[in-house]
Amino acid sequence: MNPTTQAILHFLVTWWVELVCGVVIVAVVPLVAGYVVLVERKLMADMQARLGPMRVGPHGLLQPIADAVKLLIKEDIIPDNADKLIFWLAPVISMTAALTSMGAIYFGPNFEVARDINIGILFVVGVSSLGLLGIVLGGWASNSHYSIIGAMRSTAQLVSYETAAGLAIVSALLLSGTLSIREIVVAQYSSGVWFVFLAPVAFFIYLVASIAETNRAPFDLPEAESELVAGYMTEYSGFRWALYFLGEYANMIVVGSVATTLFLGGWLRPFPNWTGGPALHRVVEVGWDLVPVVFIGLIGVYCIYRAGKQPVPIQTWFMWAVGLACFVVAAIYAVPTVLVAMHAAGVAGSLSALVLPGLNGAFWFLLKVAGYIYVFMWLRFTLPRYRFDQLMHIGWYILIPLAIVNVLAVGVAMLLENQLGRWLAMVVTTAFTLATALYLVRLNDKRTASASSAAAVTTDSYAG
Amino acid sequence: MMSPAHYLFLSLALFVIGCIGVITRRNVIVVLMSIELILNAVNINLVMFSRVFGDVAGQVFALFIIADAAAEAAVGLGIIIAFFRNRETVLADEMDLLKW
Amino acid sequence: MLDSILFYFFGGVAVLSAALMVTRRNAMHSAVFLITTLLATAGIFLQLRAEFLFIAQIILYVGGIMVLFIFVIMLVRLDVPLHHIRFRLQKFVAVLVALALGLEVVAILYSARQLPGQGLFVTGSAPADALAPNSQKLGESLFSSYLLPFEIASVLLLVAMVGAVVMAKSKKGTDES
Repeated sequence: MNPTTQAILHFLVTWWVELVCGVVIVAVVPLVAGYVVLVERKLMADMQARLGPMRVGPHGLLQPIADAVKLLIKEDIIPDNADKLIFWLAPVISMTAALTSMGAIYFGPNFEVARDINIGILFVVGVSSLGLLGIVLGGWASNSHYSIIGAMRSTAQLVSYETAAGLAIVSALLLSGTLSIREIVVAQYSSGVWFVFLAPVAFFIYLVASIAETNRAPFDLPEAESELVAGYMTEYSGFRWALYFLGEYANMIVVGSVATTLFLGGWLRPFPNWTGGPALHRVVEVGWDLVPVVFIGLIGVYCIYRAGKQPVPIQTWFMWAVGLACFVVAAIYAVPTVLVAMHAAGVAGSLSALVLPGLNGAFWFLLKVAGYIYVFMWLRFTLPRYRFDQLMHIGWYILIPLAIVNVLAVGVAMLLENQLGRWLAMVVTTAFTLATALYLVRLNDKRTASASSAAAVTTDSYAG
Repeated sequence: MMSPAHYLFLSLALFVIGCIGVITRRNVIVVLMSIELILNAVNINLVMFSRVFGDVAGQVFALFIIADAAAEAAVGLGIIIAFFRNRETVLADEMDLLKW
Repeated sequence: MLDSILFYFFGGVAVLSAALMVTRRNAMHSAVFLITTLLATAGIFLQLRAEFLFIAQIILYVGGIMVLFIFVIMLVRLDVPLHHIRFRLQKFVAVLVALALGLEVVAILYSARQLPGQGLFVTGSAPADALAPNSQKLGESLFSSYLLPFEIASVLLLVAMVGAVVMAKSKKGTDES
């Protein structure tokens, strides 16, 4: 066979895992994002004392599929004087940026899409910041006032909060000393504690900045319905709008993954270093390995418990099906756990030992990302929206100075580690950063108080 | 890596296209973008030579060029905005305030 | 083999989109094609094993400078009326001059072949792993040998930021008084 075919085959043999993972990401993530939308609607309904989508499929579970089909068969409208090339290109850029940045994320100890990228975290942050271009080009190409204003506001917001997010990431990188994602989690393992306990202010800054980065409430002025119709997405309908929307939710998953990797310990279980000494070592390991089994098993038990109380037969069968599916997943977790716990030999034993860390890691990682996204949704349903100038004020006047002070504080803490011990150094510097935060907020209050009192003084229209 | 000649020709092609853009276009924003293209061509050369000699100085220099290009683009675009506010034009032909 | 495929792909995209960039009538299209050129250049950096520069190019150039350009193009957008084009031969002469420049450089590169022991088509003399932990080496040299240029670059960026804000600010204060 000629060298070209040989070279192609060699390429495929070396890189087939990455190619398959890439295809899986592009195929699966939009579906997952669709179901995240359903979860959000159900959660919103729950917090508002109602039921949410219940009609389409049992308990509304086929709602995302119905939405997808509806969006696909809608007429593709392009506004009159819109720039066709850029109108087509903008949602593609948004979605591509979100999906590509997922390529560097580690779900478990050896469970990743691309091989270990030297610059892992920087790659994820940098490529996901390309989504900005999708927003600004989409707003401009729509040739409509609402779109351009919405795009400019959204871009200004994203750019402002990107700096704060980057500085918060720098604080965590100071603690880990490397950019590679695998090494960051390994650093958290060797320091025995998640970085969120060592740098809580950085985690808070990153939380707020990532809410603003993904255009979520309370920072969602650019795309709020009562403000600018739909901001930069106004003129997009059908599948193009679906791409934007799914890109936004995929971005949420990416941002959650970055926060989990940097601050929440990635794929590590809580207390990752605690092995209980040589006596209890096996008990502790097996105990932690059983947590996913128990967790998913309890969900299954709850589903079957509720199955008897459903009003409609199809919902009863559905609850039974979900319960049994949970038991199947729990069994998938239980079998390797039991085999490894009994030190089983042979093919089954070694296969279990190979697969179990990845399974466990994926469970903890997805649990943490789900928790982070739950906090996003919780804040969306609870807090009112910030006005745009308030938003920019928070970004530039409060978050960025706080992030800079935090970087300095973490650096100083690392220098003082040897003298004061790690925990005392971190507590002292965190206290200092919180004092700065309070000072900045007090400055803000004084500024708004003086501005409103000055306005009250000068605009006294009934004087004289 | 390929031989240095390949990268030299690629960088030369980008440089020449950038020069054509600077000389030919009337819209000064496109002229500024062509200048960015020229800087990128130089960056490719620098990084290629840093790889050939195993010295990281080329990449450091390329990083400084990127930072410098950012500063220059910001100031240049500020000037264009100020000029646009006065004269309502961005075409190089019409920026003839010094003409007598 | 993979190296040459990547080089030809990224190089082809870079040259093609650069050519498209300087020929588009619409400034926004030019900006979009410059974005593709910059991404292709980033790919060339990656192919040369300079991964930190790859991501720095994407974050700074594409995510920063090009967004700035796009904002300004949106702000100064005029439907350019067809002005009286005075000197039509300018484009032709310009292209000729630029190609002459290119040919001169090619001539210089080829004449280097006459020098003993050197030549154009030799492969790289350093081993592939000389720059292996790329970010680490870059950071080390930035903060040790090149510390002064680093500090000067930060002052330069500060000055440019202040200058750009001052230039682009509208003179509202003087009008009101």
